[in-house]
Amino acid sequence: MAENSTRPAVPPLFAVGDRVRIRNAHPPGHVRTPYYCRGHIGVVERLCGAFPNPEELAYNRSGLPALPLYRVRFLSRELWPDYSGRPNDVVEVETFQHWLESAE
Amino acid sequence: MDDPGHRNHDLGGRPAGRCARDEHEYEAWEKRVDALMMVLWTRANAITVDELRRYIEELGPAAYDEYSYYERWMHGITQALLQRGLISVEDLGKKMAEIEAREHG
Repeated sequence: MAENSTRPAVPPLFAVGDRVRIRNAHPPGHVRTPYYCRGHIGVVERLCGAFPNPEELAYNRSGLPALPLYRVRFLSRELWPDYSGRPNDVVEVETFQHWLESAE
Repeated sequence: MDDPGHRNHDLGGRPAGRCARDEHEYEAWEKRVDALMMVLWTRANAITVDELRRYIEELGPAAYDEYSYYERWMHGITQALLQRGLISVEDLGKKMAEIEAREHG
């Protein structure tokens, strides 16, 4: 899945450091956003580039325009209230822009 | 797992116990399934990785849990080729019967 700057891409809406909430959605088909982070708030750690939407590729469609892909960082204890590891442990999840809402 | 939106394949974050870290050899048929997927994906443009994942994720919970890794791939590849019209259900059935007869007949 190499990044290709020549194909149409949706502009990014979020920047590094922004607080974002993962949509609490449960669509059918192929979904790359893990269940455990849905509805939770994290911070944009980096913008990874823009890639065709895998949820569309899963139906043999183009997935274009390409969507910004972000790496979002969560506190583990925020995702799992009974988390027993260190308080500053984090989990990073890569997810596409249409899964994110501003939580500023 | 009370939430019907929490799909069976989405294992992340669930209690799982210890992971087996031992290495194991792959069977010849498993290597063949891997090679078939690579050829169909990169040479024949007959499937995408995302389609493979969709068919695997759409397996019923019992089948998903029971199938091994490459059995799931075999299911996904088969579904993609049927869906794209590259093979027919009838041809597939005939071939399966032929192999069954050859191996056990």
